[in-house]
Order: sequence, then C-alpha cells, then structure tokens
Amino acid sequence: MTAARLTVKDLSWSPKRGGDTLLHRTSFDLGAGRVLGIVGPNGAGKTTLLRLLYRFHRPVTGTVCVDDVDIWTVSARATAQRVAAVLQEQPSDFALTVGEIVSLGRTPHRQGFAGTGGAHDATVVHAALHQLDLHGLAHRHLGTLSGGERQRVMVARALAQEPRLLILDEPTNHLDIRHQLEVLDLIRGLPLTIVTSLHDLNLAAGVCDDVLLLKGGRPIGFGPPATVLSETAVSDAFRVDARRERLLPSDVDHLTFHLNANRS
Amino acid sequence: MNDTAAHPSQTKRARATVALALFGLAALAVSVSFAISVGAVQVPLSTVWSVLLNKVSPGLIEQSWSQGREAIVWEIRFPRALLAMMVGAGLAMVGASLQAVTRNPLADPHLLGISSGGAFGAILALLHTGLFLGLLTVPFLAFLGALGATAIVLVVSRFAEATSADRLVLAGVAVSFIIMSGANVLIFLGDPRATHTVVFWMLGGLGLAQWSQLIYPLAILLVCGVWLVSRASALNAMTVGDETASTLGIPVARFRLTVFVIGAMITGVMVAFSGIIGFVGLMVPHVVRMFVGGDYLRVLPGSALVGAIFLLWADIAARTVMAPEDIPIGIVTGLVGGVFFIWLLGRKRAT
Repeated sequence: MTAARLTVKDLSWSPKRGGDTLLHRTSFDLGAGRVLGIVGPNGAGKTTLLRLLYRFHRPVTGTVCVDDVDIWTVSARATAQRVAAVLQEQPSDFALTVGEIVSLGRTPHRQGFAGTGGAHDATVVHAALHQLDLHGLAHRHLGTLSGGERQRVMVARALAQEPRLLILDEPTNHLDIRHQLEVLDLIRGLPLTIVTSLHDLNLAAGVCDDVLLLKGGRPIGFGPPATVLSETAVSDAFRVDARRERLLPSDVDHLTFHLNANRS
Repeated sequence: MNDTAAHPSQTKRARATVALALFGLAALAVSVSFAISVGAVQVPLSTVWSVLLNKVSPGLIEQSWSQGREAIVWEIRFPRALLAMMVGAGLAMVGASLQAVTRNPLADPHLLGISSGGAFGAILALLHTGLFLGLLTVPFLAFLGALGATAIVLVVSRFAEATSADRLVLAGVAVSFIIMSGANVLIFLGDPRATHTVVFWMLGGLGLAQWSQLIYPLAILLVCGVWLVSRASALNAMTVGDETASTLGIPVARFRLTVFVIGAMITGVMVAFSGIIGFVGLMVPHVVRMFVGGDYLRVLPGSALVGAIFLLWADIAARTVMAPEDIPIGIVTGLVGGVFFIWLLGRKRAT
C-alpha cells in the first residue's frame, strides 16, 4: 500500500442547479500519508465534502485529484482502486458473512465475470481480516456482531480495496471509549493518506496531522490542529465559548466548551 | 483461529455447496417425475421416464404404453412441468435480485406491482389490441406493462419518500391495486366470451403450456439469468448500501435501473405464459439463504433451483386437491406465500 497526495481545488457543490450551495469553494492540499480531520458543527458540510472526495457527488465547480489524477476523468472503478471509504451505512442483514463482506473490497480489482477471485484476492482479504483481528469471526454473519466489531469489518473491507486514500465518516460514532481509541490507533498506524470526519475536537487534535474546520458550508481554517482549532475559531464555528486548557498530568491542550453567556 | 484455518473451512464450504447442488438437482428430477406422473390419469413413473428417454433417443426402450399415455406425458404434462420450472426459477431470481438492489427483504415482483403491470399488458394484448406481433404480442406487451408498473412504483416511492423497506412495499401494493383496477376495466370492456379465459389465466395457471411457445420464457430466463449471476458481486455490494457500493466502483443508479428492467423482462414474460403467480420471489430467496448464506453467486442459482422445485409442487397440489379440476396455481402460492409473509413479519420483529 502506498499513500496518495490529495489535492482539492475550488470545490463546491449544490444538490441541483440553483439549489442551496452546501459546500462553497474549498481548496486544500494534503500530503501523502497525512491524516486530515474534517470538523465542524452539524450541517457544516462535512458529509457533503466527504461525498465529493469519494466520488458520490459530482462537483459543481472544482476538482478532486488523487496523485494528480482528477477522479472524475477516470471511471468509478478506477477511482475505487485508489480511494476507499468507511461510511455510516449499516448493511441490512442479507446473511453475508464477515469474510464475504471484506472480500467485497476486491470488487473494483476484478475483471469480467464475477468469480471468487484469484489467489491474490484471497491473500489480500486474509491480510485485511488479520490486520483488524477478525479472523475468528470470518464465518459469522454481520448481524450477529457488536457495533465495534462491525466497524472493524467495514474498515477491513475498505483495506481489502488496497486504497491509497482512505475516507472515514465519523468512525468513532456509537463506539465505546476503548473501541474509539482502537479505531483511532488503527488510523494512525495505516500507511495511507486518510481523511476522516470527527465530532470530537479533542480526538481530532490528538490524531490528525491537519484539520479542516467547516462552518455553514465554508472552510474557515486548514492546517495543523494547534493553529486551526484556536479558541476564537472554535467558538465562532460552534457558537459556544471554547477554552483551551492545559491538562497538567499529560501536558496536552484540551478544549472545553460552554454555552455562550449571552446567547443570540 | 490461526492463519491456515481459513482454507480447510473454505474447501468444506465448497464441498457443502456441491453436495447441496447435487441434492437440489436430484430433488428437481424427482419433482419433475412426480409432476408428470400425477394427474387425472395416473402415469407410472417408469412409463414417464421411458417416454422421456425414448424421445431423447428414439428406439431406446421398446414401447409398451399406449399412444394416449405418450401424448399425456409428452404433449401435455412435460411442457407444463418445464413451464413451471422456468416460471418458478425466473420469479425467484427476480425476487432475490430486487431484494438486493432495494435492500429490502420484502421485495417481490408481485408485491411491487410488477406482476400486475405484466398482467395489464397481457390483457391488453389478449382482449383489445389483437396479436399484431403474432405469438410475441402477449409477452411483449406484458413486458412493457411490467416495465411501466416498475417505473410508476419507482416514481411513487421517490415522491412518497418511501425509502424504508415497509414503505416501498406499501407503494408497490398501492400501485398494484391501481393497475389491477385498470386491468379489470380492460376485462369489463372486453369480449364477454373471452373474459372467462382471461380471468382464469389471471389467477395463475400453467395449463396453456405448449412446446411451440416454451422457447420465449426459456430464452429470456437464460439470457437474464446469466446476466444476473454475472453481476453477483455487484448485487452483494448493493446489500451493504448505495454509497458503499458506489465507492466500490459500481454505478449504483444505473445498475439498480438495469436490474429493475431485467426483472420486468423476466416477470412480464412469465406472467404472459402463466398469469399472476405471487410470493415465489419473496419466499424462495429467504429459504435459499438459510442453506447457502447470502452470497449472490450461490443465492441466484439456488433460488432458480428451489423456485423451480417449489412451483412444480405447487402445480401438483393445484391439480390434485380438487381433482379432476385444476385450481389456479396462484391460489396455492398465494396461500403458502401469505403464511410465509406473516412468519417473516414476526421474525423481523423478533430480531
């Protein structure tokens, strides 16, 4: 697996012609192997931006380039060979096993008639199951797993795609603290370029190399967490009073939030 | 579990699949034999096989049966059994595919109104337009009707924002009612002498099976069936979710539409030859998943096999419960399918 450079230029999107613009011109450049956190309040355009990155929405303006290849100048399949996504969609229970779900990741690499794939496919699926410690669960039905296990299955499925860019939509949602930490640890350890939306600003600050702060569909900051997630920027974006405090025992910054004293 | 554990269990799984397939094919052969043997005139199984073998290679077995028996086996019951198998296999595969692309365990060509559309088209051809395309008129208009009904259901479900499983089925049932009332108007306006046949046909029946016409359902079933199986991994991906499927490189909207058109094609042609036979598409894939799991590479062939067997036995039941009268087979599948539907609703609540 090699990491890709992600270049986003002048990207904007609205549902239909003349509709409300949900994402205003956004540009950033993410170096290969870096972890980008997309943060912002509900409705800030996080999901919209992610959907543009994994080629679900077609941009109204601008381009998304993975290693200098515009994802809309190549086929959906060619993009799927470079970009994988872990979304919040929960598969309905159609009796697929964990192993079968993970091997779905090989779909964009298969040619022609839907076979079970070659030896290489089996090796990749095997490695992905192993990496997420899912080997013992390979024959279980997805419906019988816990939330944390399902999340790991979906990550393993994305890794089986052998992507260079991995996109995650709120990967820590609905997970308990231990599973949150495990997922974040995994994200840090992957030799891929990663874009993830995160609700928790302190988690984002801890795990991300860069963050993109969105508000009302507009980017209001891109860069290292320490500079972007300033008290004023966060207070403004989330309409709260944010304070950066120092946790003494671990000596790291920690944001705390308070409702505005004089709410507008 | 260690690294090497996956391989023995995979071969075990493959072996189990082969064993199930052989068992299924054997069950199919037995079912066909019974379907030909049973009826107003009982034909011994040995005669059934002798006649069939003699047709395949003439003179293989010395003829010890009457011409009448031979005609019953070859001209009446064998084509009927073949039609039953094709209709069962086709409807079951349509149901399985629709369940994947709508991510809806309740999807079924009958419940989604596609069968009603097919019936509307077929009635139009039988009572009103005349056979302007010869023998192809009825299947062709049935296909157009099924396609039209599909389009209406899709528009209604978008309009009513029927994204959940239950609401999509409700949209389908509503459209089905509207189309059936349209079909009934066509019957009402039609030639009274012809309506009796049409009404009987609408309730579902395989009695019209003839050698000369079996080629149409066979061709559609083969072409569409192979296409669906070739898209098994895309169907698997669709069960996970639209956006995930799209990140796997599947053109989701176009693929779903294609599956709906293929489904309308199979359903329309089957309805044209057998009337409305409901619930096969709903029931069979669920039963198959219990045996072979959820991978569509196994679900689709399994559904075809089990659908064929199920419809053979439904037809046997339809011919024997009130012998010597045939009751419409739709009554049998409706009864079994309705009970199954209730069971499915109960099971969904339990999980």
